[in-house]
Amino acid sequence: MSKLYSGAEIVFKCLEDQKVEIVFGYPGGAVLPIYDELKNFKFIKHILVRHEQGAGHAAEGYARSSGKPGVLLVTSGPGATNAVTALTDAYMDSVPLVCISGQVPTHLIGTDAFQECDTTGITRPCTKHNWLVKDVKDLEKTIHKAFEVATTGRPGPVLVDIPKDVQFQKTSYTKFKKQKKSNGKINNQFSQKDINELIKLMSKATKPIFYTGGGVINSGPKASELLRELVNITGFPITSTLQGLGSYPGEDGLFLGMLGMHGSYEANNAMHDCDLMINIGARFDDRITGKIDEFSPKSKKVHIDIDPSSINKNVKVDLPIVGDVAEVINSTIKTIKKVKPNFAKSNKQKISKWWEKIQKWRSVNSFNFVNSEETIKPQYAVQRLYELTKNKDTYITTEVGQHQMWAAQHYKFDKPNRWMTSGGLGTMGYGLPAAVGVQVAHPNKLVIDIAGEASVLMTMQEMSTAVQYSLPIKIFILNNEYMGMVRQWQELLHDKNYSESYTAALPDFVKLAEAYGCVGIRATKPEELDDKIIEMINTDRPVIFDCLVDKEENCFPMIPSGKPHNQMLLGPNDKKEKKITGKGKTLV
Amino acid sequence: MVRSRSAYSVPVKQGRFDTHIIVVWVDNEAGVLARVVGLFSGRGYNIESLAVAEVDPKLNISRITIVTTGTPQVIEQIKLQLKKLVPVHKVADFKREDKKVIFKEMALFKVVGGNSKKEKALKACKKYNPVILDKTNKSYVIQITALRREIDKMSKNLKKFGLVSVSRTGAVAMTRGSEIFK
Repeated sequence: MSKLYSGAEIVFKCLEDQKVEIVFGYPGGAVLPIYDELKNFKFIKHILVRHEQGAGHAAEGYARSSGKPGVLLVTSGPGATNAVTALTDAYMDSVPLVCISGQVPTHLIGTDAFQECDTTGITRPCTKHNWLVKDVKDLEKTIHKAFEVATTGRPGPVLVDIPKDVQFQKTSYTKFKKQKKSNGKINNQFSQKDINELIKLMSKATKPIFYTGGGVINSGPKASELLRELVNITGFPITSTLQGLGSYPGEDGLFLGMLGMHGSYEANNAMHDCDLMINIGARFDDRITGKIDEFSPKSKKVHIDIDPSSINKNVKVDLPIVGDVAEVINSTIKTIKKVKPNFAKSNKQKISKWWEKIQKWRSVNSFNFVNSEETIKPQYAVQRLYELTKNKDTYITTEVGQHQMWAAQHYKFDKPNRWMTSGGLGTMGYGLPAAVGVQVAHPNKLVIDIAGEASVLMTMQEMSTAVQYSLPIKIFILNNEYMGMVRQWQELLHDKNYSESYTAALPDFVKLAEAYGCVGIRATKPEELDDKIIEMINTDRPVIFDCLVDKEENCFPMIPSGKPHNQMLLGPNDKKEKKITGKGKTLV
Repeated sequence: MVRSRSAYSVPVKQGRFDTHIIVVWVDNEAGVLARVVGLFSGRGYNIESLAVAEVDPKLNISRITIVTTGTPQVIEQIKLQLKKLVPVHKVADFKREDKKVIFKEMALFKVVGGNSKKEKALKACKKYNPVILDKTNKSYVIQITALRREIDKMSKNLKKFGLVSVSRTGAVAMTRGSEIFK
């Protein structure tokens, strides 16, 4: 007879077969049998967080920077509910997570037992799928299925809820054999006909643009390489969503910068005026499209996405191509090389006028700002951080708000998986725990959380995790004492009524750093910024960097509410630009 | 026009609403109905009626029939979103006007009154295959099968014949002819 294993052991046998090395978690009554087995499975490193939300975001940071699924282990009741924000965040940004939660014993389910909650009910709308395992015999296949669902098709979070008695029950375990690469529920549906159609549109276009998103990153590093090849073959301009940054080099001449609400003037105008839009792995989010019925009115739209439900959800497209980004681009490149080997040359003339127009928009220099000698401008701080770290293969996470947009505008990425930010859900407090996860995945790399002082206080407790595991993460706080983006909207949209957006009692971040046992650095003047940043980089311990910046700086350019892409607000020093276009009006 | 104070875009005009019957084949497992219904409520889709039961005990398959309304774009989304659910096997979608499909609902009417009222009620139901399921001196329980709007009409008409209680199912659907939906 084969050896019998307890449910708790089976959890680890499954993790072993799935090649999991890291688990982020927090123990509690209903997962104690699993924690009891931890000592017998040396290949698993458990990272003890300080809050289950932190475990979730750390697992997200780990997953997004490594391309492997993130695993978290939490207890029943509050453990599971604390993880909900992170699961929802992962669902919105398509991050593969496997959450294993403890549950009260099966005979107590439904009795309002201590630390009981309807975990599968609560997490149903924020996971791709979830399971309550009531029989230990189902445990093995459920966990393997969970990994399959999380990592195939459009990735996302899943949850496996395991009652405590199931963790004790015993059954046999059959060695898991990985199926050949499956694409989940949805297979690649595109055909050569779609590709031919795409190439036909591409060769006809006079004002084309690539609009790429997080799908390129999720498709793996190969997809980014192929994208670069495709862009170079065609010579088309390319813009990227917030999540797609890094799939194409940020300093390349064909790259127009990020698009959307706080995107560049050239990217948004090009999106509005183009005659062919090729969406690769993006989802026409409302922060991208602005007013839907005036969104890029004259263009043919192509949408390449692995998720059929993304097609025609917000914007009607002319040519949908359902498939994995890497495979679609690969077929496209192959076909172009076969059918039109001189595509770039023959096309150059055709799109030269388009490029002239784009260069004109580009000369507006929309990310520009008025620098100061007295106070540190937040944009300047990000620029200096970029200049001083760009040769180091740096990983950047962010919180949510103005600092996030400035980071996206001024920090340039040339590799995928280096940029971790909460785009879909917009979770303040994401960046610090995500940095923990990134540093766990890449122990010898420089990991920086570009943060705001309000966001970072939401998950500040995870500094304690960073110190415990000697993770030298750098928390670079652009401290303006306001919830900056809230303050900006109140200034522009609510008659400067700064209702509750000022934090009157902030901690001393340098002392706070010392209290956590890490290093605190403060910069108050522009002239000391470089030295302090270098000091931060050279510190091999966790650092909290308190960068005191201009309190009233706004994030521009900005597409105001209900406006199309070609009606952006530019910064306060762009008065002359207003005359040129008549469109760049400010509300101030 | 009042200046919008929202950073979100303003709603655009809604297109025409159509009534569709969506049939979903699912694994009959715990929580599957909640997943399907939760998808509708979570994304703001309508459910006008719902019928669900296991149809294949061996393969453990249930068939859910949902009557819904929405713009063509919304109906398309409903189908695509349903197909993404792990326990969903296939999804069929029929327009209510579709001649190739049979739709039926069942209703139970309880009428209370004298003989003449009861007989009049029964007679009124004649077109819809009435079956008397229970009869006493004072009452009938009549079962009919019909279309939704016919049952709507009957539950109004029977009021004057002593209708005291109505119970009805959601619509179920099946294609005509020898073909089945794959």
